[in-house]
Amino acid sequence: MTGPFDFALALGDDALVAAQRLGEWTSRGPEMEEDVALANIALDQLGAARLLLTYAGELEGAGRDEDALAYLRGDREFRNCLLVELPNGDFAVTMAKLLLLSAYQLPLYAALAGCADERLAAIGAKARKESAYHRDHAALWVRRLGDGTAESHRRMQAAVDQVWPYAHELFAPWPGAPVDPATLRGDFDAYVGPVLAEATLTRPADGWAPAGGRDGLHTEHLSYLLAEMQVLHRAHPGAKW
Amino acid sequence: MSATDNTPLWEVFVRARRGLSHTHVGSLHAPDAELALHNARDLYTRRQEGVSIWVVPAAAITASSPDEKDAFFDPAADKVYRHPTFYEVPDGVAHL
Repeated sequence: MTGPFDFALALGDDALVAAQRLGEWTSRGPEMEEDVALANIALDQLGAARLLLTYAGELEGAGRDEDALAYLRGDREFRNCLLVELPNGDFAVTMAKLLLLSAYQLPLYAALAGCADERLAAIGAKARKESAYHRDHAALWVRRLGDGTAESHRRMQAAVDQVWPYAHELFAPWPGAPVDPATLRGDFDAYVGPVLAEATLTRPADGWAPAGGRDGLHTEHLSYLLAEMQVLHRAHPGAKW
Repeated sequence: MSATDNTPLWEVFVRARRGLSHTHVGSLHAPDAELALHNARDLYTRRQEGVSIWVVPAAAITASSPDEKDAFFDPAADKVYRHPTFYEVPDGVAHL
């Protein structure tokens, strides 16, 4: 994983898999208003994924468009982080995942907006506003559930404990990338720390740090997600609405 | 406990452009004001309908009752002198 193709692919896969997971909430949200909010966030992620994968296809120069990259790769060819492919769990787990993801994506897109690559800069400038809203929304729920009832506090803490190890992979050094993710860890901690404190939650200790997503080594969950996402396109290649 | 116990009703007002006033666009359920504002953004400004949103607890609104419609509004019907067009402007009055 070195060139701009790998970088655009990794970011695009993060957004695509996050969109697919969030889309699973549609019609299952805790209330109708939240159902719409989660679908909106999923569509934001999908929009960023389309731009990034289209650009990745152009950088590769092998004639693959966004659909070829999204629908015609196996799980070993996906470069998303493990965090986004984890199952949704309960609503607390989904919000914990979204908090960590958006607290990573926001400074990433903001830094991209100022990078030398004009296409990535334009994508970053567009996506950063959406990420700011995602982060705001996730933090709002984490605070309410963490500092809510005894039961909501218990489940929110369990959710944060469950997904925290997967945050470390996001900031693995990537020398030579348009933006080195290792430089974003400070922004992440400066935002997530106070949110957890305000939510009366304990920041989990750093220890086990699962990784491998950027090298195509995924959890068992990704292939199931891809099977559902890709089945239509593989059964009916080129199908359109 | 029903969902409405935790999530009261809020009325949503959206200002379409600078210079216009906020207009009532609908209502929604939310547990508190901040979430009501988020929900209003997602439900009522998806297609660039506005530049500013107000949310107001529906319970805080005091409304006139349809039963009182006659007492409230009918007496205004025959008071034509409340309209400026009722008055004739005397000759020689300038700047009116």
